Amino acid sequence: MTKRYGNVTVLRDVDFDLRSGEIHALLGANGAGKSTLCKMIAGLTEVTAGGMRIEGDVYAPHHKQAAESTGVQIIQQELNLIPTLNVAENLLLNRLPSFAGIVSSRTLHRQARAALDRLQLDDVDTYALVSQLGVGHRQMVEIAAALARECKILILDEPTAALSGSETQLLFDQLSQLRDRGVGMIYISHRLDEVKQIADRVTVLRDGRHVGTETAESMSTDQMVQRMSGEVADERSDEQPDAETRQRATTSAVSADESDRRNDSTVLTVEALCCGMVRDVSFQVRGGETFGIAGLVGSGRTELLRAIFGADRAESGQVCVAGKAPTRFGHPSQAVAAGLAMVTEDRKQNGLLLQQSIRCNTSLSAMIKRFSRFGLIRPAREATVAGQMCRAMETRCTGIEQSVGTLSGGNQQKVAIAKWLTRDADVFLFDEPTRGIDVGARRRIYELFDELASAGKGIVIVSSDLDELMETCDRIAVMSAGRLVETRERSLWTEDAILQASFAGHRTKESQRLTGT
Amino acid sequence: MKQKLTQSFLQYAGLLGVLVLLIAVFSLSSKNFFQTQTLVTIANSNPDLIFVSVGMTLVLIVAGIDLSVGSLIALGSAVIGVLMVRHEWSLPAAFSVCLLVTGLCGLFNGFVSVWFSIPSFIVSLGMLEMARGGTKVITDSQTMYIGSRVEAFGEPLQWVPLSPAFLVAVMTVIAGQFLLTKTVFGRYCVAIGTNEEAVRMSGIRTAPITIAAFMILGLLCGLASLSQTSRLSSADPNAAIGLELSAIAACVIGGTSLMGGRGSVVASFIGVLIIAVLQSGLAQLGVEDAIKQLITGAVIIAAVLLDALRVRWGRRSG
Repeated sequence: MTKRYGNVTVLRDVDFDLRSGEIHALLGANGAGKSTLCKMIAGLTEVTAGGMRIEGDVYAPHHKQAAESTGVQIIQQELNLIPTLNVAENLLLNRLPSFAGIVSSRTLHRQARAALDRLQLDDVDTYALVSQLGVGHRQMVEIAAALARECKILILDEPTAALSGSETQLLFDQLSQLRDRGVGMIYISHRLDEVKQIADRVTVLRDGRHVGTETAESMSTDQMVQRMSGEVADERSDEQPDAETRQRATTSAVSADESDRRNDSTVLTVEALCCGMVRDVSFQVRGGETFGIAGLVGSGRTELLRAIFGADRAESGQVCVAGKAPTRFGHPSQAVAAGLAMVTEDRKQNGLLLQQSIRCNTSLSAMIKRFSRFGLIRPAREATVAGQMCRAMETRCTGIEQSVGTLSGGNQQKVAIAKWLTRDADVFLFDEPTRGIDVGARRRIYELFDELASAGKGIVIVSSDLDELMETCDRIAVMSAGRLVETRERSLWTEDAILQASFAGHRTKESQRLTGT
Repeated sequence: MKQKLTQSFLQYAGLLGVLVLLIAVFSLSSKNFFQTQTLVTIANSNPDLIFVSVGMTLVLIVAGIDLSVGSLIALGSAVIGVLMVRHEWSLPAAFSVCLLVTGLCGLFNGFVSVWFSIPSFIVSLGMLEMARGGTKVITDSQTMYIGSRVEAFGEPLQWVPLSPAFLVAVMTVIAGQFLLTKTVFGRYCVAIGTNEEAVRMSGIRTAPITIAAFMILGLLCGLASLSQTSRLSSADPNAAIGLELSAIAACVIGGTSLMGGRGSVVASFIGVLIIAVLQSGLAQLGVEDAIKQLITGAVIIAAVLLDALRVRWGRRSG
């Protein structure tokens, strides 16, 4: 079987082949194109150029059903179960056993039971509502649903992210059985040890390009990371001394560097913060400092920012802003009052009022503080400031009355940021500040980071774009599986090292010890 | 300033056009329609709907809905009746208690739906039944005649043929429009209706704002009770059944979005006038009740269709 693609924006001329009866792992950093590749195979997105063949026949699925009828099943990261239906109904949703439109409950539950038993899911009741199951069980039910259908190709996108060790083992047993039955499987995971354990061959993607395909035995987990980051093994052996010389060079440079705007006051202290998957995170940001947080998608970076900002209630730990008493914010309003500002990852979902004007959006967060008196809006001042902000941020618009929804992504982001500039915050949290925006807007936002830092503000940037972090940050911390695993000055990081650290939380203790020495 | 006036006139031009068109059609087809007396009667018989529509606009803008308003009016009216007839209270005292009761009911609707994240549709549906039941309990399901002590509010004044109730209602419209467009509260209402999560993430507590919108509607129901009671000279436990739907229809005709974030108090007021003119015009023409109902329904759908098309065209040209 050969599948070939070409000239897709996120994937460039990637060749990929899958043999029957093999587990083929797909590796890559954020945005390398793993998910896109899988979506194309599963018929979820269209192939721009190139083509696919299954057993010699041309295969061009236009939607998921077409892919499924050919025998291609995908299990995606986000769960696709309907929480209000029971387990059996979910398992057999698109082929409920029925006669004249009436569902035969007994057959349904018998078939569902059989599907679950194959995964040894004895403790899952077919009558239980999916909403009553834990995340791990839901994942297993979803896998059971895919396995219950006849398939030749099975795509698993991070299937073990929510599974416990024993559940993972059960899944692997099943996958081995499927392999023996001749099913070809594509397996995406950040847990390299698992890949080593289960996969036959490994393909590494980087920036949408095919880096290499090898047998899993011939590759160490370290080599996998290097392939993903693009630095080859022999270069890396020089890395340690290299980093040290660089460290020496930069410490002298930093002290002499006039562009270092960091002052001695600490504007943000996060101490042992726990919230959901965020475990025990501590860090400090000084005035004028730009602090970057790198990590894989799903490593808990957005959750961390939300916990700091009070958008989600943290379970324990403390946040201290600009010398105020340390607390844990229970609502964003408390965080904002203390001097925090947060530009959210999804500006359409929770950053902007899309149907409202630029003026309304710009004044929103500082409405009471700056734009009103005795509860009455001061329209002249509001319009003036909104106009100033548009000019300062170089927002392209027809005027401050243009509705934000009609702006381009980059200009929307400028408005989302301008909303916070009208407030004199001490610390700005940016979650993926330049995702999906044009080069011009990106440049303006980088300039803004400089301006804020010069004004002595603390800046925290979460980004999946390593180049961005390397360019803008003074210090970079790496988050992995909910923990901050390492924090260094920017000059002491290489992209390879960041990637290496990103996987740290997913490794077993043994392999950590191995890489440590 | 002049530009602003033209702008706001243009905003309502479509609605006013429909209103004028309706009046013109009825004036041509019925000799008696275009008379001061007819128009005055229309004005004086609808203040309760105007009061409710002002508050309903606010509630719809925060993406809520309140179905209990008709029952709240009856409950407020019953409170006034019971206190004035059985306990010989004065009108101001009885009216104060009426405001307190309807205001608290509105607060309850808002609090329960916001605090427990229950759709306000359901909460207010429950309140609709509760308030109507309560009304019947305290009045023993009997209409209570109060008499001249309450009539002044609903009767035409000496120097102008309009009732105080209508004048107060018009003032409420002006105050409501001011609240919506000129105050922080109004801005927050619009923002919450547009995207509540974005407002929360901007560091604003949304719960008190939403609850306040429901409470304002409750208080306005109290005013509507007074207007209703004085027009009927009595407290009728079966009064204002279905008024919630007329109020919602008026708001929707005025262009208020049921999804929240968009609406105007003045436009809702014009919506009330359109419904009122339609009703009495058809009545004067001698149209049967059944046909009247049919036409009113069609007009509501036509109004919403027009609005949807306007939005679609606006999107295409914008």
